[in-house]
Amino acid sequence: MTFPQGKFKLPNSARRWAPVVTASNGLESAQAGGCSDRGTHSPILTMTDQQVSYTLDSTLETVDSAEQAASRMATEAGFDDEDVMRISMAVREAAVNAVLHGNAYDPDKKVSLGFERTGKTLVITIRDQGKGLDLKKLPDPLAPENLLKTSGRGIFLIRSFMDEVQIHPSQTGTEIKLIKNVPGPTAGGKEASQ
Amino acid sequence: MTMKTSTRQVDGVTIVDCSGRITLGEGSVILKDTVKDLLSKGQKRILLNLGDVNYIDSSGIGELVSAFTTVRNQGGELKLLNLTKKVHDLLQITKLYTVFDVKDDEKTAVKAFN
Repeated sequence: MTFPQGKFKLPNSARRWAPVVTASNGLESAQAGGCSDRGTHSPILTMTDQQVSYTLDSTLETVDSAEQAASRMATEAGFDDEDVMRISMAVREAAVNAVLHGNAYDPDKKVSLGFERTGKTLVITIRDQGKGLDLKKLPDPLAPENLLKTSGRGIFLIRSFMDEVQIHPSQTGTEIKLIKNVPGPTAGGKEASQ
Repeated sequence: MTMKTSTRQVDGVTIVDCSGRITLGEGSVILKDTVKDLLSKGQKRILLNLGDVNYIDSSGIGELVSAFTTVRNQGGELKLLNLTKKVHDLLQITKLYTVFDVKDDEKTAVKAFN
């Protein structure tokens, strides 16, 4: 099971993006080779056989790219179309939180997006550099008084779509870990059945 | 696929045919502007045809809620037509399915306006 480099380009950034792939013995920091036109704002990729991670700008483009990358990862991990949609939407919502509420579009702050396949699970980690989510202030969007609110459903949807969600806020940012169990017969991804 | 809308009139009801994605950014803004424009013209009986909306995120859901309350607060009505399974499921789990008046037949929907 490998992560072919070409399949994990973030489409909206592809034109300006030339990832450096690391060795397969663990995550290493990669340099933003070939991205000099974007200076310090270049997406950075690190990758191993089981893990891939991106460092991304705090933009709406990042939200779309994260969703698309999640869709590809989930498909290759063996999830059906419905689960692929759920996973990609959960990632989109987490990316929205990171870009908007965490980093507040600050060009100096980055969003980290990581995917890890263990065979039994797909684990997606999204981290921002904001002030840290206050879990006590999360509204219950299903409460009658909140039903007609125009926001506050992101975390709820994430929890609805994933098997396990871990949220770790700190003063230097929020990390959210999204975990989905791979369906039994195809555990390990589509490649396992080929 | 970006969000697109087109409007048509049927028996005093403005039907807004939507297609694409209603998501944070352009999609939500287009929906908001479309409804705002209709209200400014005095068109307060609005039927949002979401039959070709294949994706909606929490921002899009928020925009639907906003459109619903904005129209209602101006004495109008906003109903939803032809939900895809994805949108239907989202409105179910967010308990909004019973908040909106959802129809699956255009003629019935148009007649349902007061």
